[in-house]
Amino acid sequence: MSPAPDDLFRALADPTRRALFERLCQDGEQTVGALTARAGVSQPAVSKHLAALKAAGLVDDRREGRETHYSARPRALAPLVDWTGRMAGFWEARFDALEDLLNRMDQ
Amino acid sequence: MTSPAQSAPGELKTVVIEREIAHPPEKLWRALTQPHLMAEWLMRNDFQPTVGHRFNLRGDWGGVLDCEVLSLEPPHSLSYSWNHRHENPAYDLTSVVTFTLTPTATGTHLRVQQSGFRPDQKQAFGGAHAGWKGFLDKLETVLSQEG
Repeated sequence: MSPAPDDLFRALADPTRRALFERLCQDGEQTVGALTARAGVSQPAVSKHLAALKAAGLVDDRREGRETHYSARPRALAPLVDWTGRMAGFWEARFDALEDLLNRMDQ
Repeated sequence: MTSPAQSAPGELKTVVIEREIAHPPEKLWRALTQPHLMAEWLMRNDFQPTVGHRFNLRGDWGGVLDCEVLSLEPPHSLSYSWNHRHENPAYDLTSVVTFTLTPTATGTHLRVQQSGFRPDQKQAFGGAHAGWKGFLDKLETVLSQEG
């Protein structure tokens, strides 16, 4: 299952989430507690952001005892990094607008 | 899915999008080639249906694409260059867009193919984790272009 590029954009549009994802990319797997210590926001907020990143396929979680460890899945960014992926989304959206225009031209 | 880590820099890449349109090719052709109609679904422009004509497509995000009509065969196919210069060379895009219209029983099969190079794409991901950070730093630019 591969999340839609839209989900990736939404997940990464938030600077706090982006910072969390970057930290996991650079420093490897970490607990929610360790991430919270450097995030500048509360632990519930960090957990919520991590859930959004997980829904977008950008992070994995692993339960160990009472702690949840998070790790980055940078490969999930592939559809965005590759311009062909971005352009495919662009053309799909433009075709929607084109069909809408054609329907209006009927009237 | 294409794997960025295995993409060679300078490699030609192609994206193809196809759609069944419930309108005849002649009408679709007008939407593809008349500037005021193009502006409604694509971008503001100074397009003219003449091979060799140079024009710009101007996006709402402020970006400007440099284009030139390469071929034109009403109401079957239309091709123009689609080049985007960016202050960061890693985001330059040199490509060609080709629309192909095929009549069907219910309207038109529309196909758009975009093929192009982004020569130093390797720099954008770098293969290692450090490369991803560079990409993320530029994400706002990408996001504004998606809008």
